[in-house]
This record gives sequence, C-alpha cells and structure tokens, in this order.
Amino acid sequence: MPFPISFNSMHDERHENTSRLIKIINGRLIRDHKIVEDDVLYIYDGKILDSQNYFFSANGDVPDEIIDAKGLLISPGFIDVQINGAFGSDFSDWQGEENMRCNVDNVAKGLLKYGCTSFVPTIISSKSEIYQKVLPVLKTRKGNKTNGAEVLGVHLEGPFIQSSQHGAHEVSHVRTAPNGFSDFVETYGLREGNDHNIRLITVAPEVEGVLDSLKDLIRIGVTVSIGHSSATVAQAEEAVEKGAKSITHLFNAMQQFHHRDPGIIGMLGTTRIPRPYYGIICDGIHAHPNSIKIAYDSHPSGAILVTDAMAAMGLPPGDYTFGGIPVRKTADDKVEVIKTGRLAGSVITMDSCVRNFKKFTGCSIIEAIEAATLHPAELLGIQHIKGTLHAGADADLVFLNEDLRIVRCFIAGEEIEI
Amino acid sequence: MRLVIRQDYDAVSEHMAAYIRDRINEFNPTPEKPFVLGLPTGSSPVGVYKNLVKYYQNGELSFKNVVTFNMDEDHPESYHSFMWHHLFKHVDILPQNVHILNGNAENLDDECKKFEEKMKAFGGVELFLGGIGPDGHIAFNEPGSSLSSRTRVKTLAYDTILANSRFFDNDISKVPRMALTVGVGTVMDAREVAIIITGAHKAPALAKCIEEGVNHMWTVSAIQLHPKALIVCDEDATLELHVKTVKYFKSIEHVVNDLIGAENVGLQGNVLY
Repeated sequence: MPFPISFNSMHDERHENTSRLIKIINGRLIRDHKIVEDDVLYIYDGKILDSQNYFFSANGDVPDEIIDAKGLLISPGFIDVQINGAFGSDFSDWQGEENMRCNVDNVAKGLLKYGCTSFVPTIISSKSEIYQKVLPVLKTRKGNKTNGAEVLGVHLEGPFIQSSQHGAHEVSHVRTAPNGFSDFVETYGLREGNDHNIRLITVAPEVEGVLDSLKDLIRIGVTVSIGHSSATVAQAEEAVEKGAKSITHLFNAMQQFHHRDPGIIGMLGTTRIPRPYYGIICDGIHAHPNSIKIAYDSHPSGAILVTDAMAAMGLPPGDYTFGGIPVRKTADDKVEVIKTGRLAGSVITMDSCVRNFKKFTGCSIIEAIEAATLHPAELLGIQHIKGTLHAGADADLVFLNEDLRIVRCFIAGEEIEI
Repeated sequence: MRLVIRQDYDAVSEHMAAYIRDRINEFNPTPEKPFVLGLPTGSSPVGVYKNLVKYYQNGELSFKNVVTFNMDEDHPESYHSFMWHHLFKHVDILPQNVHILNGNAENLDDECKKFEEKMKAFGGVELFLGGIGPDGHIAFNEPGSSLSSRTRVKTLAYDTILANSRFFDNDISKVPRMALTVGVGTVMDAREVAIIITGAHKAPALAKCIEEGVNHMWTVSAIQLHPKALIVCDEDATLELHVKTVKYFKSIEHVVNDLIGAENVGLQGNVLY
C-alpha cells in the first residue's frame, strides 16, 4: 500500500545564530569510547566544529570566548527516549492545545538541569482521538536556550500491546491490529501526504496484526521497539528480524525469564541476529540492580538508559494523575497506581540513571555515559548529530565531575543555568 | 656557535623551550613587529612544544604576536595535524600567522617561492628551531643538498623514508618520496638558528657537524658559518665527540655561570657590561 509520508526530522525555525566562536579547553572529552585528555572543542553556531580544519582554513579566526573546563569530563548531552512527563506535566493528559504546548515547554526547560538535552515525549496507550489531538502538538523542535531540550519526535507506547502486560496503561485502550498497518494509520490519525512526528513506537509482537505492520512502520520512518508483551523468544526474534531495533524497559511488563523460553529477555542471548538495544529504568525499583548487571554483562553495547519518568518527576511526594489514572508518589521516590499498587512509571532523572548504572554494573564512566548518549542516538539513527562530540554534531554538552554530578550544561552551544 | 649539553631529552627540551620563551619575551613582539619563528616537526621538538604550551598556560608566554613558518612538509594531513595537536590548539596563536608549505598546491615551485616571499615580508625569520636526522640533514635538506639552497621540492633519502615510516603504519610503501622543504640557505638567513640533537643514534651526525668541516653531506654543518647558532644536545648525542670538545663547551658554561656571572651575559651569549 503506498503511503508516501516520512518522519519529519525538523520543521521548526532555526535557533538564533549566536555567531560566536567558543573554544573549550582543559576538558576530558568522552569521544570514540575513550576519555580524550588533550584536545579542545570549537563551537560555532550551535555546532561542534572540526577545530583543526577550521584553524587552517582561510576563514580561521581566534575564539571570541575561551571556556576552561578545569579538568571536568565533557559528555554529549543525555538523550531520554522514554519520558511520559515531568514537573506536573503529562504528555498523555489532553487538556487542550495550549496546555499541551505549556507541557512541552515546561518539561523541555526543566530537563536541562539534569543534563538531558534531547527527549522523546512518550504517550501511553490512549484513545484514538487523543493521538489525533496530541500528535500535531508534540512537534519535533530544535533544542536551544529558549526552547530547552530538543524534542526528537514522539514515542507512542501502545496501544498495540498485550492486554495482560498493560502495566500502568488503561487496559480498555489496549487494542489489536486485525487490519494490519491501516489500523495504525487510523488509530494515530496519520494522513496520506502529511509528514508525521512519530520517532519511536512500542508494540507487542504477538498482538494480532503487529508483526505484519512492522515493515510499513519502518518504511515511514518509525523506529520500532518491542515491549508490554508476553512474546515468546521466537516471536521476539521474528520482530527483530522484521526490523524492531529495541526492547522497551527491559524486565518490566514482559514475560519473566524462563530457561526453556526466555521470552523477550532472552533476546540478550540471541546469536542468530543482531541483538536489539534495550531501554532500562535504572532507579533500583523497576529492576533490581543485579538484573541490570546481568543485562549489561550480556549486552553492554545495547544498554539505553531511560527515565520512563511521569508527571511527578521533579515534584514533591503526593497524589497525582497519570494518563487519567490516580497515582501516589511516596517519600522514597516510588510511584504506584493507587487502585492496584502497581508501579506507574518512575521519577528518576537522567543524571541519576547514569550514576546508578555505573554503580549497579561496575561499568566504566565511558560506558555509563554512552548508555545515555551514543546508544540512544544510534537507536534513533541520529548519531552524527546527537550523542557524540564529533565535528558536525550539535553542541549539547554536559560537564561532569568524577562522581558524574552535573556541573555545567550547554545546549546548542549556549550555557544554561543549572 | 654555542653547544649546550644537558643530561637527557627532557632536560634538552626544557632548556630549549625556556630559551625560546625568553627570546620571545625579550624581543617584546607587537602586531607591527612580530617575532618570526621557524618550526620543525618530528620527534625532536615534541618536548619543546610541550614546555612552550606549559609556559603559555602559566601566563609566561603569549603567541599573539608570534608568526610561524614550518620548515618542511611531505604529507599535508600529518604536518597540519602534528602542529595542531602539539602546539597550535593549546596556545593563542592567530590562524593567519601560521604558515605551512602546501604540498597539495597546484604549482609547487610557485608555492615555494611564495613561502620565501612571505618570510621576507615579515622581515625575515628571527629564530629557526630545528632538529636533525641521523645523517645530519636539517629540514629535508638531505646529504648532497646545496648549502645555498632555497625552499623547493626535494627527493627524500632512503634513511629519511625509513625514519618517517613510523608515521605511516611502518609501511615503507606509504611514505612519500618527495617533500617541500626550506633550503639550507633559507635556514642560514634566519637571525638565529637553534638545533636540538638527542640520542646516541645522532652522535655521529653531531660529531661530523661540529668537529669537521662544512660539508654538503652533513648539511647542518653549514651552521658553522652562522653568526648566531645554538645547539642543545643530550649526553648520548656527545658519544662520538672528542672528550676535549665536550669539556671545552662545558667549561664555557662554567665560565659564564661561575666566573662572569649569568646575570652579566645576555641570552645570545653577549657580555652585558
């Protein structure tokens, strides 16, 4: 079926050109799987320059500003591919267009202090009419000092998921796709000829019509992740063979590991096909630290740190609403559905995820940071502009101390206040 | 000619870097009257550059009014990259003050001619820093080069190609056979020539260059004719010198420091009273 639309990677206006050449010295750069001690960064117009070529080029000039990183680690900005909301805002809670715009601004600006410079706002299983309202508002948007973190597109988590693995999603919204791809088109309100802003989708491969729709989803530029699923390992492998690239919050809302049929978790041990990336919530609640260590040890280059944060992230303990469902945030940073006591997303921040991941797994600083930068960028196919300090990338930078605490943060070459 | 002998590579590097720092600061360069410095690549100057960067970071030295000319070039990427990583990216030198021969230029003869003209336009080179090869060549002026040669295209000697192979995955076939280089005459035109020589493998070259006559087979020997030449070498590089030669040059340092007093002698060896 012809459906000539594609992912619209950027349709917002360009940020203002600051036109100042910035040189960053004395930083320890996380680059090429190494900590590079003896290099400098040149930044111009929100981008990282090839400093050597720039210097020797005809228009090479002296920097307008030199920033001394004083030996701090310099990492690309963190990328969160699964975040439902924060600071009281919930991307699945439609209260009108103006309200949703405020939600985006609120979250985009608030995330910067956690070193998160790009995110994929996530919508949990909802009624079709909600998608048709929310999707046009959650447009991709360039990150900068005015906008806050970059909006990379939307993550649609459901509703084509397994009803028995609905987690905190409202089970009545969960559905199947008996008509294949056209059910996706209809549910999300995609219009022939119009670009869309769906960056990532979470589906359950065993749900009717899903496996047969993957090809078309991928064709229109959507990255597919599997989760909220009771898939057998064979079904999971088939999904990956058909182009699924990731697992959504490994261990949560999936069939638990059984040695005869290890289910989706068993994808960590597959040898037939390239292993998928896996999102993992490193708050020590959604998965035991030992489980995270097991996942990391079996597939270190696939780890992607996600917050799966909900509206209560950044707020004090209390009762809140998540996708229309009342939830409670406790003093020890757990969020539960009041009615059932189930986990309802997390309130962790990206910088805590990085620190926890290093602590839980004993991995190196480089690996912990790559799980929040390079790996999510690779999953989304944007590793040339995000999640890297190579020339040509966006100058989204986080300065960290040895304890991986954030000291300074820059977006599109401009420093923001922490 | 002055010969300063230091214990090892590190001490040689430190002495030469401190000397260049003091020369630049004494010169007190301005945009109208910049300090023009000739620079080499290779393993010899790495330690000098490291120290110069340190001085810049400590605020003891600025490159704002320093103009540089690199001596030679046989592979554009590697030479730009070398200078960028060891020196330029760490200091405040202006991009327009940096000059490296362009081996990719369409007309190489023209490129060489322009290089010489630019040096002249800046008032000539104040100090040429150099290293030498085991065969006593300075820049890429291999044995047999005319001692009055100017900047030009030069075929490399087999020894030099062998030595350069370490920058090309130790694969001889990848090493360029030709290079652009300043001539011996170009170096001799500088108001001062300062040479670093370290390691036992360069001991024969040092002996040939200072104990025997001026000879085009050991091109650095031309500095015998230069009014202001300085060699800083390590103990290993003196292995082929006569004991008498070593003692003579060491005694000069002794006389300067202990009898005349270092404070009474200028940087370039001139007596101040």
